Amino acid sequence: MQFMLLFSRQGKLRLQKWYVSLSDREKKKITREIVQTILARKPKMCSFLEWRDLKIVYKRYASLYFCCAIEDQENELITLEIIHRYVELLDKYFGSVCELDIIFNFEKAYFILDEFLLGGEVQETSKKNVLKAIEQADLLQEEAETPRSVLEEIGLT
Amino acid sequence: MVVPSLKLQDLIEEIRGAKTQAQEREVIQKECAHIRASFRDGDPLHRHRQLAKLLYVHMLGYPAHFGQMECLKLIASPRFTDKRVGYLGAMLLLDERQDAHLLITNSIKNDLSQGIQAVQGLALCTLSTVGSAEMCWDLATEVEKLLLQPGSYVRKKAVLTAVHMIRKVPELSNIFLPPCAQLLHERHHGILLGTITLITELCERSPAALKHFRKVVPQLVQILRTLVMTGYSTEHSISGVSDPFLQVQILRLLRILGRNHEESSETMNDLLAQVATNTDTSRNAGNAVLFETVLTIMDTRSAAGLRVLAVNILGRFLLNNDKNIRYVALTSLLRMVQSDHSAVQRHRPTVVECLREPDKAGQRAHLALVNSSNVRAMTQELQSFLESCPPDLRADCASGILLAAERFAPTKRWHIDTILRVLTTAGTHVRDDAVANLTQLIGGAQELHAYSVRRLYSALAEDISQQPLVQVAAWCIGEYGDLLLEGSCEETEPLQVKEEEVLALLEKVLQSHMSLPATRGYALTALMKLSTRHSDPPCAQGSARSYPSSHRLLMKSPGSTQRDTPIFHLLRAAILEKMPLVERGGTQDEEAKESKEAQLSEAALVSTEPPVRRPEAPRGRGLGRASTPTCYLPHTLSCFSLHTPASVPNLRVFEREGLQLNLSFVRPPETPALLLITVTAVNTSGADVTHFVCQAAVPKSCQLQLQAPSGDTVPAQGGLPVTQLLRIFNPNKAPLRLKLRLTYHHLGQSVQEIFEVNNLPAETWQ
Repeated sequence: MQFMLLFSRQGKLRLQKWYVSLSDREKKKITREIVQTILARKPKMCSFLEWRDLKIVYKRYASLYFCCAIEDQENELITLEIIHRYVELLDKYFGSVCELDIIFNFEKAYFILDEFLLGGEVQETSKKNVLKAIEQADLLQEEAETPRSVLEEIGLT
Repeated sequence: MVVPSLKLQDLIEEIRGAKTQAQEREVIQKECAHIRASFRDGDPLHRHRQLAKLLYVHMLGYPAHFGQMECLKLIASPRFTDKRVGYLGAMLLLDERQDAHLLITNSIKNDLSQGIQAVQGLALCTLSTVGSAEMCWDLATEVEKLLLQPGSYVRKKAVLTAVHMIRKVPELSNIFLPPCAQLLHERHHGILLGTITLITELCERSPAALKHFRKVVPQLVQILRTLVMTGYSTEHSISGVSDPFLQVQILRLLRILGRNHEESSETMNDLLAQVATNTDTSRNAGNAVLFETVLTIMDTRSAAGLRVLAVNILGRFLLNNDKNIRYVALTSLLRMVQSDHSAVQRHRPTVVECLREPDKAGQRAHLALVNSSNVRAMTQELQSFLESCPPDLRADCASGILLAAERFAPTKRWHIDTILRVLTTAGTHVRDDAVANLTQLIGGAQELHAYSVRRLYSALAEDISQQPLVQVAAWCIGEYGDLLLEGSCEETEPLQVKEEEVLALLEKVLQSHMSLPATRGYALTALMKLSTRHSDPPCAQGSARSYPSSHRLLMKSPGSTQRDTPIFHLLRAAILEKMPLVERGGTQDEEAKESKEAQLSEAALVSTEPPVRRPEAPRGRGLGRASTPTCYLPHTLSCFSLHTPASVPNLRVFEREGLQLNLSFVRPPETPALLLITVTAVNTSGADVTHFVCQAAVPKSCQLQLQAPSGDTVPAQGGLPVTQLLRIFNPNKAPLRLKLRLTYHHLGQSVQEIFEVNNLPAETWQ
């Protein structure tokens, strides 16, 4: 996979994960083009389209479009499964995920994605393992942020 | 005073609450100032919060490069929270084009070698996302070490990081190839998947690696077999299919290893058959695996029976309710047409059904199946489709038919018939060269002249709206009109055509507002040709006489130089003798005003550029004097109308350094919603205007159609002007606004002018 984009029906970007090296300008240009192209598609068209030398696989879940750009030799149908798996993970984590969750917790959305895909490839095919990893990381974060106890504050430990 | 900065959630709320873009910008700028200040001298404990806010703002499209250094600091911090956000920031903000990115190399190195898995994970993730070639060189050994560590969480990430490193630095293959053998024995799905991806990458980059890994084919077959045979496992199954991600990846590797290699292909034969027949196809996951299997079967040296099985699976896919499945089947069939033509041909009927797919895959597949033996049937199918297909697919379909006809036409007559049918059905959607191609084709088929002209005449008689058809028909009638009138042709029904009918038809074409200037040119030229050959010249001349033409039309015909024909002189005299379109007996004023309608310019006919005037004749000149005709070029379409249209005064809308742009308007009475504007560009300066392009915009309630301009060079010294027709359809009689954009080169400069036409007369839209 070369990149993944999440955007709303109004074309607002909610997540962008780039697995190839491009300048900020190029990324913006590509994003704009693809968002426009996909938003212009009619509902009866299929989830795949050819764009430049890549294949775009997209699916709409409620108010969000999930869009992946894959290379020619990659399998479109399994990419749909990748998208679906990611949505399931978000859903499990946030509990009935909606666009607002992803807006207000965008870092979490990235963290979850990073436990599922790495360098554009699937790293973990067990839903359970992905969620466990996130849980553990969240715990670590909480511990790091736990305010020092009163005793520590006054220097008694 | 310390101004408390917003928490991330509050910032997001505030940004979303902004009603305008300007308001949003304000909020963000204010907050960014806070963030900057905080980066400078704020509490390091809160740095991660500031960066998070910055990352949100960055996603909205605002600049955030000043946060790059903060990412570095956060990554270097010992706290997990800092690292988490810092690495995220690095992935979003750091760019391998800037040297700054190298600064995280050390932090990554440290994090890779310390013990906390989650931290190692962050480092590996970042490395595999934004790791540049230099970073990969530096950190390859660290990653290699992690490949064989006990923890599966880190190992699976290390393997995929290796994949990224090889992509960036292929030489690193040497380091990452050896561990693969051992990794392939892993039971952990994540590590296994990563390993297979790694091996795939290695094999794709190096023939030596490919050869090396052929020996693991049996092992891969075994792994896949186990997967397929394994019962349902909650952890890895999707819709009853065991770990489809892993299956697909294995199949892909098998494809690469089995390509052009008999032995490997044979080893995987049984397994492929097994997967192909046993996979549950009720849901997408199963179909994804099945699809990959089909691709592998077709791309390796599979047994014949297996190949037929694969094509049949695709055939079934074509009938699937799921349009995505149909799409991938069609695109695959396309690829297979070359290698397995006859097998694919068997599925033609299904492919025909798929013509209706909203994506063009169906058409392409269908076209790819055309060959010399089935071209008639296939074209028939495509023609039927063309007649009823949605407009957005027409152009491609029409081109496709014409292409197929060109390649495989069994006879010339069939070819002509086919093109004719396409022009009749979808004339407006064909490519520009279709007309030229057809005229050439007909011209070269002498035995078919009579046939062609009759068919074209009949088609034209029925419908004069399809411009390419009209043009070809007019040309043909001009060339072979005599064949049309005399006797009968065995190949068509007997057709009695009288001269007057032919002329009337051509006149109708000339008069019609649907006819483009080019079409009129063909029609007029045909009229002129006919008049030289007809038994009764005055008849044809009479028609031609009524239609003064512009220089361009006369110069356009293939072949003869117009001014040499006797008819030319006759016409000239005739036209000058009578002033058409002018009320006889009117006052001189009226005559002068109306004489801007149409006269022949002798100078233009001699094809040197005369000075072009705006179409207002000086009084009295050029009327009734055969000896010194001085005439003026008509620029309005009104000259082609027998009805006096509502006359709207011309408008000069632009002038710069000698380049003038004039608009003239016609409101055809029969179609009150239609406004025809002719844009004329005239250049009185000493230098040519080149690359001239005029574009227009109108309010949304109107529809605008821009015809092709007569050219893109406006020659100096008032040479031949460039004209362009705008057709504006304004059914609601909305107040018309017109914006023009001109781009051109003049006097060594590139010019762009955008302006609104201010003083459009009300008659243009009321």
